[in-house]
Amino acid sequence: MVMFKAAFVREWRLLARQKADWLNPLMFFVIVLTLFPLGVGAKPNLLAEIAPGIVWIAALLSVLLGAERLFKEDFRQGTLEQLVAARDPLFPYVLAKISSSWCSTALPLLLISPLIALLLGLSTAAWQAIVLSLLLGTPLLNLLAALGAALTLSADKGGILLALLILPLYIPLLIFASAAVDNATLGLDYSAQLAVLAAMLCLAAALVPLAVLKALRLNVG
Amino acid sequence: MAVSLVSTNLLTAFALCCVRQDRVLFDAVDLELAAGELLHISGKNGAGKSSLLRILAGLATPDEGQVLWCGKPLSDPSSNSTSQSDFASSLCYIGHLSGVQPQLTALENLEFWQAAFALKNTDYYAVLATLGLAGLEDIPCQMMSAGQQRRVSLARLWLTQAKLWILDEPFTALDQGAIKLLQQRFKQHLEQGGAIILTTHQAMEQQFPQSRTLELVYRW
Repeated sequence: MVMFKAAFVREWRLLARQKADWLNPLMFFVIVLTLFPLGVGAKPNLLAEIAPGIVWIAALLSVLLGAERLFKEDFRQGTLEQLVAARDPLFPYVLAKISSSWCSTALPLLLISPLIALLLGLSTAAWQAIVLSLLLGTPLLNLLAALGAALTLSADKGGILLALLILPLYIPLLIFASAAVDNATLGLDYSAQLAVLAAMLCLAAALVPLAVLKALRLNVG
Repeated sequence: MAVSLVSTNLLTAFALCCVRQDRVLFDAVDLELAAGELLHISGKNGAGKSSLLRILAGLATPDEGQVLWCGKPLSDPSSNSTSQSDFASSLCYIGHLSGVQPQLTALENLEFWQAAFALKNTDYYAVLATLGLAGLEDIPCQMMSAGQQRRVSLARLWLTQAKLWILDEPFTALDQGAIKLLQQRFKQHLEQGGAIILTTHQAMEQQFPQSRTLELVYRW
């Protein structure tokens, strides 16, 4: 617990000093979403119809954008090596990394979602569904992105490899999350989709940190 | 004296072999380290010194052979994890990468290590002052020179309670004063019953009569 707190505080200090790390993915998200209304033209109905997919794809890519840096710096500086040698602190370190990456990349998306809803002409019901699905889905995005980052750690140009590795794993998430928002725009019940998202999140939260741990050990050894 | 030391071996390794890219770096390396001893691993560039240290620190597994901590095997997957975490908590490993996060200040780095490595001593200001970093506690480490960054990373040695230190080229980038300081700290640690394994191109024998040298021969 002490180690989790220390690693979490350290992450926040780093994020405060390297603002590009969390601002860039956020800007990317906003810009992609503003491009769509411009490209599609003034067709509010069409926009509202394709909005769920757009929001989710933009969220997914922006989380992926922030993922590569996750362990890279500590790997280069030798911090990771020392943590692996010390064994015990590695697991709280991984948990702190994942949770702080959610706070820095996914939480801002949630906070600006009202703006997004306005931009894409979404109804309040659809916006609520987007918030709920993002709330359940983005931790899953961060978990899988952390796994990809850990696996591609020692690869030289890991960015594209990371995307190729992780994007297929995002497919089920994308399907259920946009289905939930779709249902909401049609005024239907979407609790089933949210339940599936929650189940996927539980499974990933239980297994992914262990896989990340193993991947980090492999890459350092 | 020598006979009594044999029974108190902290770290034992036998028949270690390491293969990198189809090249045998070393094989049949045996070593023993008792409390109060310093093992100096020497050899040319590329002889496998760092690889040997990584194996001894448990970061890499040897292609052959075994490492024992207090008589219990470490690399064996069937061995219980308590002996492994016992080893990890008695170890202070500083590789040729310093582990200093350049965006953070010296104090912030030390605070993180304190939590990560359960350092008992938390008198950061005193330790940093000893290392000639007084007044630099609150500036990001990237503003410091290479030698000063190395001093920050070595500050861990003044805070740790670990018995076994494994250090890869600890004297890199340090000036004469800092080298003396570090050697004094080594002596203190050895007198308190600690053990040190290090690689360096400095001569250690005159300073440390209790040291032994293991020479790795460069092979192709």
